Amino acid sequence: MSKITSLADLKKRREELKSGLDIRIKAIDPENVVQVKVAMATCGIASGAKTVMEFFLEQLERRNIAAVITQTGCMGYCYAEPTIEVKLPGQDPVVFGFVDLKRADQIIEKYIKTGELVDGIIPVNYQTIDLKE
Amino acid sequence: MSKYSMHLLVCGGTGCHASESDAIVCNLRDELEAKGLMDSVQVIMTGCFGFCEKGPIVKVMPDNTFYVQVKPEDAQTIVEEHVIKGRKVTRLLYKDPVSKESISDSKQMGFFKKQLRIVLRNCGFINPENIDEYIARDGYQALGKVLTTMTPEEVIKEVKDSGQRGRGGAGFSTGLKWELARKNKSDEKYVVCNADEGDPGAFMDRSVLEGDPHSVLEAMAICGFSIGASNGLIYIRAEYPLAITRLKIAINQARENGLLGNNIFGTGFNFDIKLRYGAGAFVCGEETALIHSMEGLRGEPTVKPPFPAESGYLNKPTNVNNVETFAAIPAIILKGAKWFSSIGTEKSKGTKVFALAGKINNVGLIEVPMGTTLREVIFEIGGGIRNGKKFKGIQTGGPSGGCLSEKHLDTPIDFDNLIAAGSIMGSGAMIVLDEDDCMVSMAKFFLEFTVEESCGKCAPCRIGNKRLHELLGQICDGKGTLEDLDRLKNMSLVIKDTSLCGLGQTSPNPVLSMMDNYYDEYVAHITDKKCPAGQCKNLMEYVVNAENCVGCTACARVCPVNAISGVRKEVHLIDSSICIKCGACIEKCKFDAIFIR
Repeated sequence: MSKITSLADLKKRREELKSGLDIRIKAIDPENVVQVKVAMATCGIASGAKTVMEFFLEQLERRNIAAVITQTGCMGYCYAEPTIEVKLPGQDPVVFGFVDLKRADQIIEKYIKTGELVDGIIPVNYQTIDLKE
Repeated sequence: MSKYSMHLLVCGGTGCHASESDAIVCNLRDELEAKGLMDSVQVIMTGCFGFCEKGPIVKVMPDNTFYVQVKPEDAQTIVEEHVIKGRKVTRLLYKDPVSKESISDSKQMGFFKKQLRIVLRNCGFINPENIDEYIARDGYQALGKVLTTMTPEEVIKEVKDSGQRGRGGAGFSTGLKWELARKNKSDEKYVVCNADEGDPGAFMDRSVLEGDPHSVLEAMAICGFSIGASNGLIYIRAEYPLAITRLKIAINQARENGLLGNNIFGTGFNFDIKLRYGAGAFVCGEETALIHSMEGLRGEPTVKPPFPAESGYLNKPTNVNNVETFAAIPAIILKGAKWFSSIGTEKSKGTKVFALAGKINNVGLIEVPMGTTLREVIFEIGGGIRNGKKFKGIQTGGPSGGCLSEKHLDTPIDFDNLIAAGSIMGSGAMIVLDEDDCMVSMAKFFLEFTVEESCGKCAPCRIGNKRLHELLGQICDGKGTLEDLDRLKNMSLVIKDTSLCGLGQTSPNPVLSMMDNYYDEYVAHITDKKCPAGQCKNLMEYVVNAENCVGCTACARVCPVNAISGVRKEVHLIDSSICIKCGACIEKCKFDAIFIR
């Protein structure tokens, strides 16, 4: 990985990464595939997030669904762990709570395959700042 | 893809569930079935919307219509009017409390602006183990801006003007702290990040380090540039293995990318960060104790002055800030002091992360602007009290804080208001208590923690807290006197006044605030020998109700200490002097013949 030696360098890197064109890192355009984020803070892992993440990694491949599965930090919904966020191409992300393997299977079969929502959605109830200068 | 063209989202959170959201789902499905719409409209039960005060909630997608206080019988109207005819049901829409106008699109509702994520901006959004995702979210732009376009004095002024106060608990101005560290000349200075999160119930620092470690690294480098330091240290407790792993990954990635190390951005500025592990002592959250612990000495506080800004780690000028304080810095630099200071109250700017725990429905991590009321936090965002019980109090600031009662619910939360109410902001732990919690046992519980964690260096904290704990124990056992209450109060005040560091200066806070707000409960333990919440075992008595007892002997057989006597088919008797109040007999009795007096 090349070093960032100036602010202009960093800005260039940001733009590359933002548009998802950095093909060295991602061979596929993440905007056109299903994106699954699993909340993997200590508490998430303690309530089974690791098993859920492994399930998605294994099952999405087995069921031939093009997807990017990543881990992320705490989403703040401790009462509903494990929590995951699923973003279908061209749609707003949806957060699901209490995701055990049964619900994970439902999410793949119903939401990811057909766009049909399943129980356990956690509505977003906050705003996040945008750091744009 | 989905054949559904419309979704009806019904809140299935505990609050809405209690007000019949199940029946709403059933009725909506029945209506849709009757109209033959089951294939195009889907009814979904969701988690809590965090708007429990106006529940039950039904949200219609894709048009974002937000119906509040819906009753099961409204299902028909929603289906006939909204689903079939496309007309919104005005009487069920949320009305703006100020303008009284109905709001048809939930995106316009002020409620969803109650939580504002600045510190948690990347938590649960980016992959914390991939620096690229942080960079894509404007990561390290603030460091770049600072190094290439600002002088250290300008950075300090910006932080000072933002009005940010330290999130570790004491609420000292961050900018002022940096300024003091800058003024002291030395060949080497240190930037220290205090990640020794020790309050029971607090986990915001861990979440930030696990979810967005780079924001802290970036801020530490900015601080280093401002005060003239090239070394950063993160003091983190060894009980946080995942946070440590992710920090290590983040530090390595930042080094590989040239964002830590020598000649950052080609400006000649050098800065690197190392980790130091703590063994999880509460007192090491105090900055002088923390510094001694990093030096390999005993984790004991020393008298200030000298402040760490003059003589800290290895006797060099040192600036110590908390994780949450650092995490907000990149946002302050990029969006400006003016923006940050526009959020919050007059003397407490920006947002605060709170960890909600205890008897609350939505246990979790939230971030709200300073000035949000406790009522909004507990009953809206937090979803209210678990199992429909009654709210009794909220302990803010962990064992160093106080317990606030119902009369404080509408107090806007900020540093000064919490102190005026007899508590502190602390790190932001909030433990919610309900009607089943005994305020004497609670004070005793927090004192137990302080007694454990006192380092023992100064007498008021070492001996005083122990005595407080003993007195509270006596009251719980029904052996207290009314004079003990005066003794508790006087001793608390002396401990606060004479202790060496923040630990002892705050440890009597739970006792003082609970005695203040729940005085009657303390008196009841002493004069009536009763625990109103039914928690203090030594004040309870298990008694047989002679009318219900059929003499089946089930209780006598299950009693582990043989405290129950009686002949078959005759009324049994419990010997209180032997009974250990384990409750096994009550569980076993099929005739409701045993009760607690």
